[in-house]
Amino acid sequence: MMGGQPTLAAYLILGAILFSIGVVGIFLNRKNVIILLMAIELLLLAVNINLVAFSRYLGNLEGQIFVFFILTVAAAEAAIGLAILVVYFRNRRSINVEDIDELRG
Amino acid sequence: MIITTVLFYLFSAILLGSATAVITARNPVYASLFLVLAFFNAAALFILLGAEFLGLILILVYVGAVMVLFLFVVMMLDINLTRLKEGFLSYLPLGLAIAILGVLELAVVFWTSPLGHIPAPGPIPANADNTRALGVLLYTHYLYPFEIAAVILLVAIIAAIALTLRRRQGTKTQSIDAQMAVRAKDRISLVNLRGPEQ
Repeated sequence: MMGGQPTLAAYLILGAILFSIGVVGIFLNRKNVIILLMAIELLLLAVNINLVAFSRYLGNLEGQIFVFFILTVAAAEAAIGLAILVVYFRNRRSINVEDIDELRG
Repeated sequence: MIITTVLFYLFSAILLGSATAVITARNPVYASLFLVLAFFNAAALFILLGAEFLGLILILVYVGAVMVLFLFVVMMLDINLTRLKEGFLSYLPLGLAIAILGVLELAVVFWTSPLGHIPAPGPIPANADNTRALGVLLYTHYLYPFEIAAVILLVAIIAAIALTLRRRQGTKTQSIDAQMAVRAKDRISLVNLRGPEQ
């Protein structure tokens, strides 16, 4: 650690590990739509950490502006995803991904 | 300055641990509570990086709104957990291999490229105002994207309400529209009882 502060590489590797945890979460919980949505939130959080770290180390505030927009879109996505989930549960009494096969021929 | 490094590793360790707990928790309620912990630590990392506004927004919007929405949905739905956990571990070796490979590749790239070794900027001045600086940039140069973001939120509100709106049949609720639309001739009909012969 040069100068006592974490390097940019440390933040980027943290983001990479968090992103991988999100991807593994999608692999593991491929039946539970709620945990899938949470894994997507983890992926977005990893991207946000990268953007904020770049913003600090390059001395450019525009990275933080992008995080702002990502947070907005992620909140909208979570709200609509959960609404679809509630409608789906009302119709099928289940949130199992394997039960969503009505379009299969 | 050493305290920054110590805090970075502390928050990162808790963040990664709680993220792992999110994807492995047996109960979705535990998963969403661990996600709250992950967001708190990410907010602490943001503040460590000098982005106080985004750190506070992360706590207010994510912990305060989005995660409460998740918890609400988890508790509202009556989920059969045993069926959802079938075959939980069958894809674990493949997923873990892909994740470890990806992390190793990215780590090698970050350590060897000059990008990862940009010298750390000096300490943040005590009078730095992150919120004001973001606001100045957001309301001038990024004004149109900001308004589009507001429209996206409006679309999300309308979509969520329209998706979950349900009119139940057979309830005894008052229908204001029908009441206001009533005319006098709908309610009173004059009948000539004597008949036409007189």
